[in-house]
Amino acid sequence: MVETQNLLNMKGITKSFPGVIALEDVDFSLSRGEVHSLVGENGAGKSTLIKVLTGVEHLEAGSIELEGELVQVRSPQHSLELGISTVYQEVNLCTNISVAENIVLGHEPHRFGSIDWRKMNRLASQALKRLEIDIDVSRPLGNYSLAIQQMVAIARSLEFTSAKILILDEPTSSLAVHETNLLFDVMRKLKSEGIGIIFITHFLDQVYRIADRITVLRNGKLVGTYETASLPLVGLIGKMLGRSITDLDAVIKSKVEHEQKEREERVLEAKGLGRTGSLEPVDLELGVNEVLGLAGLLGSGRTEVANLLFGIDKPDSGWLTLKGKEIKRFSPLESLKNGLALCPEDRKAEGIVGDLTIRENIILALQARYGWFKFLSPEKQSKIAQKFIQLLGIVTPSPEQLAKNLSGGNQQKLILARWLATNPQVLILDEPTRGIDVGAKAEIQKLVLDLADEGKSCVFISSELEEVLRISDRVVVMRDHKKAAEYSGDVNDQTIIQTMAGNL
Amino acid sequence: MKNSSLLNRIRESRLFLPLGALALILAFDALFLPGFFKLGIIEDPVYGNHLYGNLIDVLNDGAPLALIAIGMTLVIATGGIDLSVGAVIAISGAMGAVLINPILGNQLSLNVEAARNATNTPLPIIVLADLAAGTLCGLWNGLLVTKAKIQPIVATLVLMVAGRGIAQLITNGQIMTIYYTPYFWFGNGFILGLPVSIYIVLAVAILVWVAVRKTSIGLFIESVGTNAKASYYSGINEQNVKLLAYTLCGLCGAIAGLILSSYVHSADANNIGLNYELDAILAVVMGGTLLTGGRFSIFASVVGAMVIWAFTLTVYTLGVPANALLAAKAVLVMVVILLYSDYFRRFLNRLSERKAVQPEVEKGAERGTAN
Repeated sequence: MVETQNLLNMKGITKSFPGVIALEDVDFSLSRGEVHSLVGENGAGKSTLIKVLTGVEHLEAGSIELEGELVQVRSPQHSLELGISTVYQEVNLCTNISVAENIVLGHEPHRFGSIDWRKMNRLASQALKRLEIDIDVSRPLGNYSLAIQQMVAIARSLEFTSAKILILDEPTSSLAVHETNLLFDVMRKLKSEGIGIIFITHFLDQVYRIADRITVLRNGKLVGTYETASLPLVGLIGKMLGRSITDLDAVIKSKVEHEQKEREERVLEAKGLGRTGSLEPVDLELGVNEVLGLAGLLGSGRTEVANLLFGIDKPDSGWLTLKGKEIKRFSPLESLKNGLALCPEDRKAEGIVGDLTIRENIILALQARYGWFKFLSPEKQSKIAQKFIQLLGIVTPSPEQLAKNLSGGNQQKLILARWLATNPQVLILDEPTRGIDVGAKAEIQKLVLDLADEGKSCVFISSELEEVLRISDRVVVMRDHKKAAEYSGDVNDQTIIQTMAGNL
Repeated sequence: MKNSSLLNRIRESRLFLPLGALALILAFDALFLPGFFKLGIIEDPVYGNHLYGNLIDVLNDGAPLALIAIGMTLVIATGGIDLSVGAVIAISGAMGAVLINPILGNQLSLNVEAARNATNTPLPIIVLADLAAGTLCGLWNGLLVTKAKIQPIVATLVLMVAGRGIAQLITNGQIMTIYYTPYFWFGNGFILGLPVSIYIVLAVAILVWVAVRKTSIGLFIESVGTNAKASYYSGINEQNVKLLAYTLCGLCGAIAGLILSSYVHSADANNIGLNYELDAILAVVMGGTLLTGGRFSIFASVVGAMVIWAFTLTVYTLGVPANALLAAKAVLVMVVILLYSDYFRRFLNRLSERKAVQPEVEKGAERGTAN
């Protein structure tokens, strides 16, 4: 009996927030040495389930059993004491102090009343060795890649607690391919030690690579728990969306139609546009109806291109013309007036104004173009907001909700709505589908293609090569802060991957 | 259901806590200070018959602070702070005194009667010069914050320290007594039996409210205060928004300086408007505006200022000596901090939540035991 006993049993978990039922009668279990993936669209209830398990939220009904014993998780601290460790998407560590300090923070070994640095470094090294990582722990954490930072976070969460359960919440969102592999190695190692891992991700291919079982949530309800081997990808997506994958089909079809259009008129042209220290001179062209894909690894200069085009940064070489008119003054406001739009990469820091309502967020850029005195009346604001909430399918009980309460995918749609409200000629989308679910992703891709069909132009930046290839007419590959190559027509992903990697 | 949502709307309104605090203080007065609410009509040959009583005093004495709080609200909503408002009061007061009579106060005192009707500069120009001086001060603060990119607390500290020195330069280091009677109207006059200052506060509050809420300025201030970077990415000119907020704050300081110097018949560069910046910040916080910026309410801040003066007058009426006032204020600050803390808010939320979800919880519990 003891042998087959689950590590964790959650039964009938129910939790509601004012106006919404976030979780309704959800069961979830985890065995020793298992990687259990939790998937579902944004707002499906994944985070709430984790928050209940880690004591951030208190459950209203249901029970949690840990190793056969009924427990009540009172607080995040308490969940740690129970052996439940969590590593979040955004690494919650201090990049300006050393790796070792980060790992032992709060548990520093002392000697003669002061910190025993040597012992601290030894402890930290050991903690990392357990994950088979060998780095200089005395260097600042910021010197290492995000993947290593992620490992450090894991090491920290395992070191000072007798962790039995490790929750990884979107750990691979900002990791490159080989970094993800590194993380998976670590996960397999921990698995073999008998630790149960709850793995939350939007990358379904990764689910198939590492997970033993999959639990699907939809709208706060349990769809089911499946053995990974017995559930094909198409079936999984169908279960997540609760509908067939016609949306994805539509994207592929509209691509075909889209490509048949003629393009002659040039909307945007950049010659030798560059900025010392961030981007070497780049030539770019963008036609009417065109979707230009911008591929490249993190830090390759993709975002720098977007920021220069939109006037966030000022170029110090080259020129930029929009519909034949040279742009002299670079600022977001000027760009906005010129019919440009930028959905920035970091949606939390650069996009969403959290304490404002959805309505106010939607009309923000339009109002900025109108200036101080041509004020949109509240009625007009509501009308515009309603229109775009419907058009983009933003899920919210009311436009008067605060933007920060929206889920990630809906926030992304909200920023898109803000820019579509200004009726831009050129849309620059920097990672518009990052960290959002399959359904919303397909919707956004489809929207981009629809906009191109309506005569708009689009610069589409994404880490997901497949996505870039699928919706772009041409692809520019960035590497080491310069343009490495440009492809149009049919190009296979291997060629692009090689270009992205260069001579690495 | 309708009732509870109305109740929620009242509770969530920014005016709820400051009005509640004001009501608490006045209730205390009503219970323990008999006669606190007594109003009478006094016959006044100079300013005409008018009402008098503690309530009138609260409004009248609180007027300068309310004005400062209006300007401070805008600055704090952008995520900044203005420590120089007290100094701006001093500069504005000094301007007025000097323009009325540039000759040193002592010499004038020889012929007081003649001075009552004498001024060196026409009154409208004095007022304009006062306001201009304050506006310039605000503009200076704004430029330091936006163009020189100095942190607001440091940028306005410059004028907080230097401002009283500037005021002393203007008055040549003297405490200037003002004798010119028409100037007294702002701080002592009455319209329809109520102090002029009340009308000034109302007018400024309404004008500023219209200026920010009937244009997009209010939205931009809240946007910049919540997320300056995202606002910039959305095309909002963050610098102009902040510049405007600091400038308006300076203007409000100048109006307060006009009233205060008129009220005390003098310009004392060292003591006029002392600690007003801190009281104003407290008033704004009581009005529910976060010090980190974002959402704001002009009227809630005005009520916040009134809370501070109602409290002050209550403490005086209780017989607490003036030099112990600060200690009593400390208690007020403590209570405000506790009431506005997350802890208290969660407590309030839980109270209302508990009522709403009570039936569901019971249902859940039943099922839990059945399992």
